[in-house]
Amino acid sequence: MSRSWYQKAAPLLFALAPVWAVLGALAIGAVFIAAAGISPIDAYAALLDGAFGSLSGFGITIQKTVPLLFAGLGVAVAFRCGLFNIGGEGQLYIGALFGGWVALTFPNLPAPILLPAVLIASFIGGGIWGAIPGYLRAKWNKSEIITTILMNYIGFWFVSFLLHGPLQESRGYYPQSEILPQASWLPIIWEPARVHLGIILALLAAAGVYVLMWRTTIGYEIRAVGSNPEAAEYSGIPVVRSMVLAMFVSGGLMGLAGASEILGVQHRLSDFFSPGYGFDGIAVALLGYTHPLGVTLAAVFFGGLRSGFNAVQRTEGLPLAMAQVVQGLVLVLVVASVILARVRTLLRRREAASAGRAD
Amino acid sequence: MPTLLQLENITKIFDGLVANDHISLEVEKGEIHALLGENGAGKTTLMNILYGLYHADGGQITLRGERVAFSSPGDAIRLGIGMVHQHFMLIPVFTVAENIILGLGSLRRPVLDLDSATERIARLSEEYGLDVDPQAEVCNLSVGARQRVEIIKALYRGADLFILDEPTSVLTPQEVDDLFTVLRRLVKEGHSVIFITHKLDEVMSISDRVTVLRDGEVVATVHTAETTKEDLARMMVGREIVFTVHREPMSPGETVLEVNGLQVDIDDDRCSMPLQGISFSVRRHEILGIAGVGGNGQSELTGAVVGLFKPAAGNITILGKDIADQGTKGVIKLNVGRIPEDRQAQGLVPDFTISENLISTNFWERPLSRGSLLNFSVIGQLARGLIDEYDIRPPHPGLLAKQMSGGNQQKLILARELSRDPDLIIAVQPTRGLDVGATEYIYKELLNHRERGAAILLISTELEEIFALSDRIAVMFKGDILGIRDADTVEIEDIGLMMAGVRPEEQVAPEASR
Repeated sequence: MSRSWYQKAAPLLFALAPVWAVLGALAIGAVFIAAAGISPIDAYAALLDGAFGSLSGFGITIQKTVPLLFAGLGVAVAFRCGLFNIGGEGQLYIGALFGGWVALTFPNLPAPILLPAVLIASFIGGGIWGAIPGYLRAKWNKSEIITTILMNYIGFWFVSFLLHGPLQESRGYYPQSEILPQASWLPIIWEPARVHLGIILALLAAAGVYVLMWRTTIGYEIRAVGSNPEAAEYSGIPVVRSMVLAMFVSGGLMGLAGASEILGVQHRLSDFFSPGYGFDGIAVALLGYTHPLGVTLAAVFFGGLRSGFNAVQRTEGLPLAMAQVVQGLVLVLVVASVILARVRTLLRRREAASAGRAD
Repeated sequence: MPTLLQLENITKIFDGLVANDHISLEVEKGEIHALLGENGAGKTTLMNILYGLYHADGGQITLRGERVAFSSPGDAIRLGIGMVHQHFMLIPVFTVAENIILGLGSLRRPVLDLDSATERIARLSEEYGLDVDPQAEVCNLSVGARQRVEIIKALYRGADLFILDEPTSVLTPQEVDDLFTVLRRLVKEGHSVIFITHKLDEVMSISDRVTVLRDGEVVATVHTAETTKEDLARMMVGREIVFTVHREPMSPGETVLEVNGLQVDIDDDRCSMPLQGISFSVRRHEILGIAGVGGNGQSELTGAVVGLFKPAAGNITILGKDIADQGTKGVIKLNVGRIPEDRQAQGLVPDFTISENLISTNFWERPLSRGSLLNFSVIGQLARGLIDEYDIRPPHPGLLAKQMSGGNQQKLILARELSRDPDLIIAVQPTRGLDVGATEYIYKELLNHRERGAAILLISTELEEIFALSDRIAVMFKGDILGIRDADTVEIEDIGLMMAGVRPEEQVAPEASR
């Protein structure tokens, strides 16, 4: 029996799975858009134009990319350690809280000192929020999937509580803090598109994650634990430490996602300031195959989608809900395709393993 | 005798590797048909196709005169095929009856009808002389009994063709005899058996006919009565084999590993076998073989000696240093080489490259890393050297471990663990799943290190391996060591009895007599 066309084409089909997922989501999305009485072709043209067609649109794409990139990197680091961090949203709020608190407490420090201090505080805040579930998993094998989800609620509502009380602005109308001192803002680095420093920091973070994971002993340990914890332990690698560290870095990057949003865009801490960047990070990481380069591309894609749909909403009158439907579709299909690809590798590995063992 | 099963031109390809190449095979009603071949010859793949686990890329299967196609084990079971896997598919904390009806559903749904199942199992057990208590918890059964549970499980599902995959590899010599009695009983009742093995003696003593596989192809099918062990060996390997192991007599040197009153109890594992306070020592230029049926405390012992588990009582010293609080890293630092039982699970990181796997026990040392930065030029140099020295194939440092064959994975582990000339080597099942060539290589490597002055603790369930390599042999049973004997004077029957739990009346401890 000769190999069928499917067997020959399968590797290519699967390698490009994320691309098919995106195209498929856009195709199904077209049906929804048409149902809303808008021409899908016009809508997608407007989307592309809105996201990349003008300087201001491109600026918004970059602005949305920044927190998505930080969050995607965060999920990717945990994933490489075999951990599923779904607690990005909580870590993001706690990170923003730590950073915001430092900025509000030391308003008179000069920018070169205050801004780094705020960023470090955000990293530590998010990191602690990530390290706690990491420790529970590493030490007592409590599923980090459950604990990170639960920590989301604690983190989010704790920040909300503070914003309704001790941290609330003096006018007292809204659950938000005073405006942050200007020295803590991420400066605009490209005026025409109003792009702030955050994008440079996020790209540096991507490079940093690459170096950490593939060039240092710490990353080596984290990846070993992620691929085979039993063998890692057998080799003398501290499994508990690696897991806690990976979750600390993961949460820290989430904290930076929060900080970049409040320091670069909102300039104050408020509740509901994140439209779910912590969760979107999961899709960004998976679409980017949890590699910093792929994650960067995926973050730009999702950033463009967010800013593009804003434009479609404005110019074509597409209801916001419909934009969210399409984004949701992309998410579902991307995740499904990644899972499918993973299941396939797993199955092949099993077949091959038993063939190798075949006596 | 009428033909029960006919396989014609079965072909299976994994990623371009031909595991089964146009294999044809006939099994008659009421015969024991041995399927003989080395590790990697394609025996298990073929049987997994027959059992519906894999789908063949070509060929056809005829059962009782009708063409059949299986897409799952469920199909095979419905057509009367029962498989006893090498690793039993039983849930340890369930009873025998619960295990047997697993997946069958109940006649009185949704009520679980255990009583009638228990009754039927007892009847089958009686009828075929299997001696299995339906109400026993599997966890408390011996390995031989678990195997009989698997056989009953197949009978209960109406099997009349039994496939046994390397059924003797986990048994004591006495249990092997019992199994053979059961198999003869099965064929007398009209059932058929396919017996997968790589052991020639077993083929000669149990089978009616034998089909020899090599490199995925059928070499020949012959009547057992009309062939000899030597002929079969030649067909199986394709060259003159039966390598002999030369173990030079040596006088042992200083004590390297000393285990004293060791107790280990892993409380989070209900089916673990606690160690009952065992003591032994291994000296330089000496191989101490630990024999015993799997699951009698070997993993607990190894885990303790490599630093994975902390002893509950007693102590372990390596060159005079207590390793109680050292952990695996501390033990590695004492210059100990470890060949783990399961190279896929413990020995390798599958997604790591050959280079990355070669440094997993010392990447934190200079010059492999400085501070926390890995030095890739040094690592590359080391990897290329070791790949060359240990003939690891294919010789690409960037190849992922999961893409390598079992034999080469084992060489990778040897390169990592033995290239630093360890003072102590802990080798657990070092040749499991390897072909004759790789086995020979590993035996030579271990004996070279013995000659160099390493102390070697060899833990294996393969008696042949224990006898080929050991200077002294200890036997483990239910977490205890029943005796330590001089390998050159002990009889295999003595070891076999101890493996079955018969405590020798009078133990002559060789250490005491020295």
